[in-house]
Amino acid sequence: MNAPTPAIGQPVSRVDGPAKVTGTARYAGEFAPDGLAYAAVVTSTIPKGRIRRIDTTAAETIPGVLAVVSHLNAPSLPYHEMEKRPQVDPKSGDQLQVFQGPDILFNGQPVAAVVAQTQEIADAAASCIGIAYEEAEARTVFDPGRGREPSEETAKGGRPGASGRGDADGALAGAAVTVDAAYVQAREHHNAIEPHVTIASWEGDRLTLYDKTQWVQNVVDEIAHVFGMDKEKIRVISPFVGGAFGSALRTWPHVTIAAIAARMAGRPVRVELSRRQLYNAVGYRPHTEQRVRLGADRDGKLTAIVQEAAAQVATYEEYAETTLQPAETTYSCPNVRTAYRLVEMDVNSPCPMRGPGIVTGLYALEAAMDELAFELGMDPVELRLRNHADTNEKTGQPWSSKELRTCYETGAERFGWANRIPEPRSMRVGTELVGYGMATAIYHADRGAAEMQATVFANGTAVIRSAASDMGPGTYTSITQIAADALGLPVDAVRFELGDSDLPTAPVHGGSITLASVGTAASAACEALRDKLDRLPAKGGSIAETLRANSLDRLDAKGKAAPGEETKTHASSAFGAVFVEVRVDEGLGAVRVKRMVGAYDVGRVVNPKIARSQCIGGMMGGIGMALMEQAEWDERFGKVMNANLAEYLVPVCADTPDLDVVFVPGEDTIFNPLGAKGLAEIAICGVAPAITSAVFHATGRRIRHIPIMAERVIG
Amino acid sequence: MRAFTYERLDAATGASRRADHPGTTYIAGGTDLLQLMQEGIAHPRALLDVSRVGTTGVTAQLDGIRIGAATRLADVIEDPIVAERLPLVAEALAASASPQVRNMATIGGNLLQKTRCLYFRDVTTPCNKREPGSGCPAQAGQNRLNAVFGGSPHCIATHASDLAVALVALDAEVIVERAGGEKSIRLDDFYRLPGDTPYVETALEPGDLITAVFVPIQATNLPGRYLKVRDRASFEWALVSAAVALVVADGEVVAARVAAGGVGTKPWRLPAVEDRLVGRPMDVQTLQLAAEAAADGADPRPGNAFKVPLLVNAVARALAATADQEANR
Repeated sequence: MNAPTPAIGQPVSRVDGPAKVTGTARYAGEFAPDGLAYAAVVTSTIPKGRIRRIDTTAAETIPGVLAVVSHLNAPSLPYHEMEKRPQVDPKSGDQLQVFQGPDILFNGQPVAAVVAQTQEIADAAASCIGIAYEEAEARTVFDPGRGREPSEETAKGGRPGASGRGDADGALAGAAVTVDAAYVQAREHHNAIEPHVTIASWEGDRLTLYDKTQWVQNVVDEIAHVFGMDKEKIRVISPFVGGAFGSALRTWPHVTIAAIAARMAGRPVRVELSRRQLYNAVGYRPHTEQRVRLGADRDGKLTAIVQEAAAQVATYEEYAETTLQPAETTYSCPNVRTAYRLVEMDVNSPCPMRGPGIVTGLYALEAAMDELAFELGMDPVELRLRNHADTNEKTGQPWSSKELRTCYETGAERFGWANRIPEPRSMRVGTELVGYGMATAIYHADRGAAEMQATVFANGTAVIRSAASDMGPGTYTSITQIAADALGLPVDAVRFELGDSDLPTAPVHGGSITLASVGTAASAACEALRDKLDRLPAKGGSIAETLRANSLDRLDAKGKAAPGEETKTHASSAFGAVFVEVRVDEGLGAVRVKRMVGAYDVGRVVNPKIARSQCIGGMMGGIGMALMEQAEWDERFGKVMNANLAEYLVPVCADTPDLDVVFVPGEDTIFNPLGAKGLAEIAICGVAPAITSAVFHATGRRIRHIPIMAERVIG
Repeated sequence: MRAFTYERLDAATGASRRADHPGTTYIAGGTDLLQLMQEGIAHPRALLDVSRVGTTGVTAQLDGIRIGAATRLADVIEDPIVAERLPLVAEALAASASPQVRNMATIGGNLLQKTRCLYFRDVTTPCNKREPGSGCPAQAGQNRLNAVFGGSPHCIATHASDLAVALVALDAEVIVERAGGEKSIRLDDFYRLPGDTPYVETALEPGDLITAVFVPIQATNLPGRYLKVRDRASFEWALVSAAVALVVADGEVVAARVAAGGVGTKPWRLPAVEDRLVGRPMDVQTLQLAAEAAADGADPRPGNAFKVPLLVNAVARALAATADQEANR
C-alpha cells in the first residue's frame, strides 16, 4: 500500500466544519422524535426553606398544557448510590434530587416543570405557577472564617485539607526575602453559547436521551442509578456539543427532569434551560480566596511556599478543586505547605470549569511569584528559571517530558520580553501606561481507558466509532487524522462517529484527556485492522483492493488503550509560558490586553490549526477571568444578579486583538504512543496572572482581586 | 412569554388611537422589547409594528435636522448629513450595541429602551419600576451600574441609551404623534426623574408615537466628541459616557453642551460644567476646572462610587478631544 502524506501534523480544517456552518450538524436540542412536547422549568425564588404550597390551577387550565410536574406528583426515584462515583462527581455529599420533596437548598432550584405542546405554552404556563414558601435563614455570605476541612472522601480524591513537604513555616521565618499576599477570584460561569438541553423519549421501559453532554456513557450510568434502571435500557446521543468548558461533564438535574416529564406526559419531552437558569442549573467556578506566602534566598531560590485557599461549596454536595496542586508541582522548593478550606453556602454546587482548580491556584501562585521577582529586583522569567522543577517534587517522579525552559525562551523571544523596562510605570504610549507580564502554565496530563472500533469498506472508506465527545476542541478532526495515518488512507476517506453511548467505551471528554486516550485507542484499532488485513489470504494493493480480492464488503477490528506503568514511573504534564502586554488607562479605569504570546509544550501536535484555535480560546477565557468575568452576587437573595450575557461580560473580539501561539518541539512517547499530551486546560492556565502582573508593571499597583474592573483600577 | 397579537401599521396617522389601549405596545426593531417579553418583564397583549409607517430617513431642514423615528441606527450612522453635521450623534451610535443590533434597532426605540438595572431585569426580585411599591434592592445591592444623579429612595436605575446622551447635549426634541395632533417635547423634559413614581419614565401619554427626533440648527455643525467608558472594548452599555459639543470663537468658549451617560436616572446634562466653560478662554486650565464640576451633586453608593472620579476624567477627556478637534478644524 502506498501511504499518503501523513495527516498528523497537518493543519487539516475541521472535518465537521461544513456541517456546522451550513446548519446540518444536529445538536442535542435539534432532534425531533415524534410527538415531541416541551417543558419549562420553574425554579425557586428563595435561597433556603420549604415549599408550603404550589398552585398549578391556572397553569393547568391553559390549552395545550399536558402536565405539571412537581414534588407533589413526581414519581419517587431511588437515587441509588453508585458503586464508584465518576470522577466528574464530588466524592462526598449527595447530588441534588429533583421533585422529591419540598426542601429548598438554593435560589434557582428546580421545583416544578410544565409540559406543553409548544415551548411558548409551556413558558407561559410556567409563569402562572404560584408557589408559597416558608423561608429559613440562609447562608449566602462568603465568610472564609467559616471554612472547614474537606471530608475524608474528598481528601482521598486528591483535594486534601493539608499537604506539602519539609518545614515551610520554619523556612519562611528564616527566609531572606518574603512575599505575603491575599488574592480573590470571583465566581465565574461557563456560558457556552449552546444552552444545556435534553430530549427524553421513552419506548416502554427503554429511555433515549438526546443530551448536551461531555460524556454520554456517564449519563447512562447516572440516570440508571437515579431511576433504578438497567443500564442496557438507556441510550444517550450527543453528536455535537456547542461549547461546554466543563459545564456538561456532569449529569445535571434537568436531565432527570426531562426523563420524569416524558414519562408523565407519555411522549418525548424537550427541556432547554434559559440563559438565566444556566447560572444555577449547572455549576460554576467557585469564588475562591487565597493567601500565598513565599520565602526565597537573595538569589531567588525558593525556600518556602505556603498557599492557602478557601472556596465556596454547596451544603448538599462537596465539590472541591485541586487548587493547591500547582504549589507543590510548579517549582522546585524543599518546603511547601498547603491548606484548603471549603465555605458552605446555600448555593448550587460548583463544578469544573476549564482548568479547574489549577487555574485558580496558579493565579495566586504566579501573581505571588511576580511579587517576589519585584522584591528581589529580578526578571520574572529569570526567577522561574532559577526555580525550575526538574522533577515532580510532589511525587518524586521524573517528568515524562518537559520543555518548559524552551517555552520561556521561545515565548520571551517572540514577545520581545527583552524590551521590558523593569521599573513599573516606566513604559507609556500617549495617555496609556504599558505593562508587560508573564506567567508559567502547567496542567497535568492524564489518560483514561478507551476503546475504538474501526471498519474499512470495499469502497476504500473507513469508519471509526467511539462514545467520545467533541465539545469544540476538534476531536472529530484530530482523531480522524490519527486513524487516517494508521490505515494509510486520506483524511476524507475516514469518518469518525462519536457521541452515542452504544459505541465503544470512551472516558470523559474533559481534563484534556481525549486525544491521548481516544486517539491512542484509534491507533490501536486501526493497527489491529491492518493486522487483520495482512492476514487475509488474498493480497491487494490498497485496502479496498485487498477486501475485494477476499470478496469482503467490510472488515472490523477493535482496539483499546489505557494508561499503564508510565503513570507509576513518571509524572506527565503540559507546560507553557504566557507573555502579555496590557495598556492601562488609569483615568478611565480601563485595562486592555494589547497582545499575548503563549508558548506551549503539549508534546506532539496532531493538528496545528485546531491546536492554535484551542489555545486562543483558552487565552480569551483567561482574559475574561482577569478582566471582566464575575458573578454579581446579591447576598440578600442568594442570587447571581447579572445572569445574562449582557451584564456577565465575556471577552469580545475587540478585547482580544493579537494572540500568538507557538508550540515548542517535543514528543512525549513515555506518556503515550502518540506522543501527544493534552491540550485544552493548559491554554487558560497562567493567563490571568500574566495579565495582573502586567497591570502591576504598567501602574505600580498590585490589584489582587480578579477580575480587574474599572473600580479596582480607578479606586 | 405570554400570547400576544401582532399587526403592522402602514401609517403613523391614527396610530395613537389604535395604541391607546391598556396592553397595546408599539414595536419597531424589537431589540429590547422582545427581551423584556421573554424575561417576563413586559406582557403586552397587542403589538403594533411601526417600523414601516414612513417615519424613516434623515432630513436637513432650514431650522434643524430631523431624524425619522423608525430609522435604523446603522442607517443613521452612515447618513451623510449626520456624519457631517451631527458627528456627536454618529459617534454615540457607533459606540452603541453591536452591528447586528444597530441593523435592527431604531432611533425611537433606542430612546425608549429600558434600564439595565440588574433588579429591573430579574423578575424574581423587587423593583419599583417594574412592580410599583415592591422596593428597590439596588440601593444597597449590586449597583455598580446604577445612577449617582437623579436617584430617589425608590429608584437609582440609569438610563441606558448612548444616543439620548448626545441628543440631550444637543437640546434635541422628540416629535410625538398624539391623538390631538403633533407635539414637540425637549428630550431633557421628555425623560422623568424617578421620584416616587419610577415606573413613569417619559412624558409620553397612552397611544403617543414618537415619529422623529429633531436637532435645532444651532446645535448642528459643532465640533463634539462622545466618549464611552466600559469594562470591555465593545458591545456593552456605558459605565460612564460624556457627550461634549463646543462653540469657540477667537479662542473663547462661546457655547458649551455637556451631558453624561451611565450616571443619571436620565441622560444627565451638566450645566455646572458648561457654566465653567462659557466665556472662558479655551485652554487646558479652563477645561480641567470645568471637568472637575462634572460630579457636583453626585450621590454615589459604595458600589458605584468609582463613577465619580471616572465621570470627571471622562468629561475632561471628552473636552480635551473636542478642543483638539476644534483646533484642527
